[in-house]
Amino acid sequence: MATETVTLEGHIIDSLILAKVLDTILQRSGTFTINEMHVGATREDASSAAIAVHADSPQRLEAILHAIQPHGAVVEHTADCTVEPAPKDGVLPDSFYATSHLRTQIRLNNQWLDVDAIEMDVAIRVTLDPPAARTVPMANVKAGDLIVTGRTGVRVFPLERPQERDAFAFMAADVSSERPHHPMIADVAKRMRMIRDNRQLARISGETACDPDSGDKVLFVGGPAIIHAGGREALSWLIESGFIHVLFCGNALAAHDMEASLFGTSLGYGLRAGCTVPHGHEHHLRTINRVRNAGSLKRAVESGLIRDGVIAACVRKHVDMVLAGSVRDDGPLPDVITDTRRAQTAMRAALPGVGLALLVATTLHAIATGNCLPAKVPTVCVDINPAVPTKLSDRGSFQSIGLVMDAASFLRQLAQALGWHG
Amino acid sequence: MANFLVCPPDHFGIQYEINPWMRLSNAVDKDASLAQWRTLTRVLEEDVGAKLERMTPVAGLPDLVFTANAGVLHNGTAIVSRFRHPERRGEEEHFARWFGEHGYRVILLDKECYFEGAGDVLGFSDTWFGGYRQRSDIKAHRVLSDVYGKEILPLELVTSRFYHLDTCFCPLSNGELLYYPAAFDSYAQATISDRVDARRRLVVPHAEAARFACNAVCVGRHVVLPSGCPETMAMLKDRGYTPHPLDLDQFLKSGGAAKCLTLALE
Repeated sequence: MATETVTLEGHIIDSLILAKVLDTILQRSGTFTINEMHVGATREDASSAAIAVHADSPQRLEAILHAIQPHGAVVEHTADCTVEPAPKDGVLPDSFYATSHLRTQIRLNNQWLDVDAIEMDVAIRVTLDPPAARTVPMANVKAGDLIVTGRTGVRVFPLERPQERDAFAFMAADVSSERPHHPMIADVAKRMRMIRDNRQLARISGETACDPDSGDKVLFVGGPAIIHAGGREALSWLIESGFIHVLFCGNALAAHDMEASLFGTSLGYGLRAGCTVPHGHEHHLRTINRVRNAGSLKRAVESGLIRDGVIAACVRKHVDMVLAGSVRDDGPLPDVITDTRRAQTAMRAALPGVGLALLVATTLHAIATGNCLPAKVPTVCVDINPAVPTKLSDRGSFQSIGLVMDAASFLRQLAQALGWHG
Repeated sequence: MANFLVCPPDHFGIQYEINPWMRLSNAVDKDASLAQWRTLTRVLEEDVGAKLERMTPVAGLPDLVFTANAGVLHNGTAIVSRFRHPERRGEEEHFARWFGEHGYRVILLDKECYFEGAGDVLGFSDTWFGGYRQRSDIKAHRVLSDVYGKEILPLELVTSRFYHLDTCFCPLSNGELLYYPAAFDSYAQATISDRVDARRRLVVPHAEAARFACNAVCVGRHVVLPSGCPETMAMLKDRGYTPHPLDLDQFLKSGGAAKCLTLALE
């Protein structure tokens, strides 16, 4: 989609010049958004409008601009972006442009280019032949890479309110514990069902998945409280039923999930009895040790060591898992990436195609994921501590819902809304 | 008393082709053009009661005779034309000098902002209309409305035969509008209909529009227009105007008539 902003000034309303310009855009298969409109107070006062013109190709956009310019539409004067080479590996030019998570374009050789893989708090690396722009984290930059500096020739698109009339359209990023959860969970379930059905249809018809813009994967980011609080069965069912396609977690969620499979405990608590079990505090260590012996999560499941639960479901359903480690981890389990930068890279690699993100009962993983997601991806952040969904919603996305509630209750209600009878 | 700026046609002729009326092969009869111009000025001065200021003709500028394209005057300020065609750009300095020497504050537009003066800006006391697309740029009207604090409604001209607003649009002193709708796009026609009610719109038939019936000079109840426009004359008489039909054929060869040959001064 190519876009250019034009301004129109003068006595544009009574003369029908504005109407003519808008009609001309539509007649030539373009669309428009009126970004600003000022209407003169008296007949003598001029009016003005800033109109973003959209077309499906740069050629069509050019044709539209050519047609509306004689009627007074003036293309906003914009210069190319400025770039500077990175001075060293892992070091950006001092005045580098720091991204937001909103759709961003840069102007290069008088053409607007989308910045690929947009996420917040990174830089933009430019290649000239062919012209392209992509985000780059500070640590990944190489000496001599061309990095966008300053703000000239960079434009950021405000997020459009989603067309669907559901919780994502109305909740507008505020977080409250004093709101009925049920309707919001029903809307989340509706989205998950839609994504799963689209995937199934795509598989049957042999096509690649649905519209890449809207995403065809559900990302689940979870913390160990899910297992402790009793959400394991519901989450396992969601994975087994094909509603979740990518899992981000740490060492603990996987360890306690498999501990439950081997010992029926989570951090030593009997999940059914609801009390501590003698020597139960050793269970997660023994679990980690046995899985390390198996060599990988996949082998642990396929060998029959781990028979049920979240990780077993993920292996069976080929869910893309990224386990990122931390300094307090026991073990860790095989497959846990202990190099933070490698973990970030693996998370980023799994994000393309994500159309819905559920961030449940985890603070650091939720925020790390939120930073990497473009603003247009709807996110649902669930935590018993209001600080977590609040911090996520501060990303400024219309499409982020924060639910202050217990992780297990959320997962059970969500699974029930999708047909679980547990 | 109405004052007009005129320029004797000493050097008038067809020396280039910049509109569909002009043909180098269709030469102007010098004596006839001078006689027609003298008749026009006599009618304006003696029958209509106007006062005329005469510019000095300049050799090599055959269209200087069309003083309507000198610029626009209002409240002592002159905005000088910027001609689209290079053939007429030599006229700009002469018009600018004349305005300056006669006490007007002179404003020159950017070189890329084409504007052809009172040929493309006409109106009533409250609303002005600006022709664009053929000769003047729409952005010029924006500048005029800023300078003069007037509402100017741009009207798109869609045929090269009616290349200036004054070739197809003539506001009359009592609020009527003589015009030829087919010269405008549908948006402009709707704008005109919105601002001038149906009872006041006098639609000129095609054959008479092609004889430049709309290129008329209205002073009070007098309307000076090209001859050969009987239906237009009948409409004018019906509304209480006195038409003065004049043979201006030599100037029609160049795409101009009574209005083009005059610039109303304040």
